Amino acid sequence: MSATDIRGLIQGLFERDVTLVLAVLGTIYLLYVLAGVAFGYGLRGQLNSIANLTFYIGVFGMLALALNLHWGYTGLFNIGIVGFMGIGVYVTALVSKPPVAQGGAAQVGGFGLPLSVGIVSGVVVAGLFGLLVALPALRLRADYLAIVTVAFSEIVRFTMMSRTFQTFTVPDTVDLWLFTFDPAADTVGLGGGGGLILNYPDPLEALLRSLFLWEPYLGLIGFVERNYIPNNPKPVLDGVLYGVLLLIGVGLFYLLLSRTGKSPFGRVLKAIREDEDVANALGKDTDRFKLTAFVLGSALMGLGGILWYSSRGSITPPSFRPNITFFIWIALIIGGAGSNTGSFLGGAIFAGVLYEGPRYFKNLVQTAFELGDAPRNFGEAMAGFASLDPMPFVLYTLDSISQLRLVIMGVVLIWLMHNRPEGLLGHRKETASSVDLARPGSAESTGKPAAADGGEER
Amino acid sequence: MSETDESAADGSTPVEETATGAEPPSAEDDAAAGGSSPDPDLTDVMGAEADTPAGDDGDRYAPLEVEGLRKEFGGIVAVDEVSFDVEEGTLTGLIGPNGAGKSTTFNLITGMLDPTEGTVRFNGEEITGLQPHEISNRGLARTFQIARELEEMTVLENMMLAPKGQIGESLWRSVMPVTRGSVREQETDQLERVWEVLDFFEIDHLAQEYAGNLSGGQRKLLEMARALLTDPDMLLLDEPFAGVNPSLEKRLIEHIHELRERGYTFLIVEHDMDLIMNNCERVIVMHQGRILKDGTPAEIKESEEVIEAYLGGEV
Repeated sequence: MSATDIRGLIQGLFERDVTLVLAVLGTIYLLYVLAGVAFGYGLRGQLNSIANLTFYIGVFGMLALALNLHWGYTGLFNIGIVGFMGIGVYVTALVSKPPVAQGGAAQVGGFGLPLSVGIVSGVVVAGLFGLLVALPALRLRADYLAIVTVAFSEIVRFTMMSRTFQTFTVPDTVDLWLFTFDPAADTVGLGGGGGLILNYPDPLEALLRSLFLWEPYLGLIGFVERNYIPNNPKPVLDGVLYGVLLLIGVGLFYLLLSRTGKSPFGRVLKAIREDEDVANALGKDTDRFKLTAFVLGSALMGLGGILWYSSRGSITPPSFRPNITFFIWIALIIGGAGSNTGSFLGGAIFAGVLYEGPRYFKNLVQTAFELGDAPRNFGEAMAGFASLDPMPFVLYTLDSISQLRLVIMGVVLIWLMHNRPEGLLGHRKETASSVDLARPGSAESTGKPAAADGGEER
Repeated sequence: MSETDESAADGSTPVEETATGAEPPSAEDDAAAGGSSPDPDLTDVMGAEADTPAGDDGDRYAPLEVEGLRKEFGGIVAVDEVSFDVEEGTLTGLIGPNGAGKSTTFNLITGMLDPTEGTVRFNGEEITGLQPHEISNRGLARTFQIARELEEMTVLENMMLAPKGQIGESLWRSVMPVTRGSVREQETDQLERVWEVLDFFEIDHLAQEYAGNLSGGQRKLLEMARALLTDPDMLLLDEPFAGVNPSLEKRLIEHIHELRERGYTFLIVEHDMDLIMNNCERVIVMHQGRILKDGTPAEIKESEEVIEAYLGGEV
């Protein structure tokens, strides 16, 4: 078998995955555009809606991919995802926020370092905390690791809120082994319950400036303003561009993680998931593998958190409640643990259908039918049944659909567990190897690759 | 089957030789026949061979030496003062009634459990208390009583997992574009050997199957094939014939004999007395955590104590 044959096979597989991903994304986007048309959105509205959707597809896709490394590959039951996300973005904020002038007591500043340094520090620190959690906890069985991680994520959130960590005064000079430096910051901290204002330069602007694309971008905005969107199109275009960048980020996550999975390293991770004792008896230092996988996944979760929150105006501790963790788990379960493509698809479907979908559905119904005002409380909603009029209840349900999202997610999960517990792509054989494992020299005749990928369900 | 197997076993074994190793009359012949001269062709097929130094004292070289092994679980003494050694290129059976401490002894040797007292030496090196992966990497492979294949991995993945020294087990080497080429190269080489071993065990037709879909006997074959791919000097098989149908059992035995002739050393825990008696050169009988009897099958058969332990009384 020649190298081109192998490449052809891999490309064939890749193309099929690409088709699947594009089909799913295309469907979701089409539905959103159609909904936009129904709402009578103009170009600005449509772009806004698309940008918003893309943002959530991007972040959920990334985080589901990172979780897939923990759970899908290694079988590490991490339900502290949001903790690592929070650490990532808080560290980025701390490092990159401009310092505050002496005397501005109410404000919390940062070290004023470039945003790129902040992001790298955020990722590294999230990884280090992953190490900290993993070192004692990896000896535990799966469910105990789950307890440790969820407790960890709550500790992180309470630390963010804590008054103790609200502000620190930074000494004027810091001695580090050989050299001394004078940090610009005077007061730093986690900001307590009030959170942190992210008053560093806009990440998008910083990125474009560093690529010398800022001026062309402003030119593009001017062009759009003159021709398509009359006043101030910048926020809309920013959103779209950020969404596109996030999708590129997802691509990089995918590349990294699929390479990780399709290698001897990924094979050992899978073996640990299946039976750690066996992997150990076969001469694999399973602790080392688990540690590496956990740290890498945690660092990626930190990056996911940074990309999710760093372009907002501020961050507050309530954003980092465990519900985010569970959303990401649902995304992974929908997509199919163990499959990287499935993880991304799960993230996209979760974002498009379960996370953002209900709100659109509600608006759609309200646009389609001229409905009156919803009852203000549950009592009024039920009162209609006295006169056999279900409308108040229906209206009330529709009005509370954001709160009902969790119920819908629960129903979807139960349905999945009954009918397709392996998720969309969890049944696939994504062989953990960097090469095709068909018998050397017989690839053409046996057609094994087809069987290797063929959806043999169990 | 028993007759031929027995004769084969007898042909290559000094019947009188026992664990004490005090009087080894024909040991050198055997070392030459069984231990250090594996068939070159077969060696080629199976990859690198167990090339352990031969004993210099005229005694056959014993890669595995267990001395005074003791394991307590709370107040229960599961293994008590167990000492034996296993000689190179032999098939040694470890038998005993349920609860005799056979599997515990296995786990103590392979590092799954830490002994309370005693030492285990392998190829002259003390391995007591080492992690299982460290012991495996020193050339002592094991299989499990209940076949523990990695269910949601294909047979090929199971097999590819086993070889030692895979450079792609480093995350960065696997991910980085420059080094990934060498990972692929090594995997390609490794793949050839994997297919050879699959052919040897005649499970090549199952290669793309999930290991969880195999039958009980096929799992045993897979497990042994996988253990072999770690390139061990010695294999510890924990009840390799449990739940295996007679024809597959015969095949397994043939494989074991074939491998032994190539110089591999075997220690087998087994319940089935007949199997052990007909195939092993030496049998160690355990009872209530202690070694009851250690000798050739013929000696074991005659032993009053063994019969008593197995049948619970005089016969």
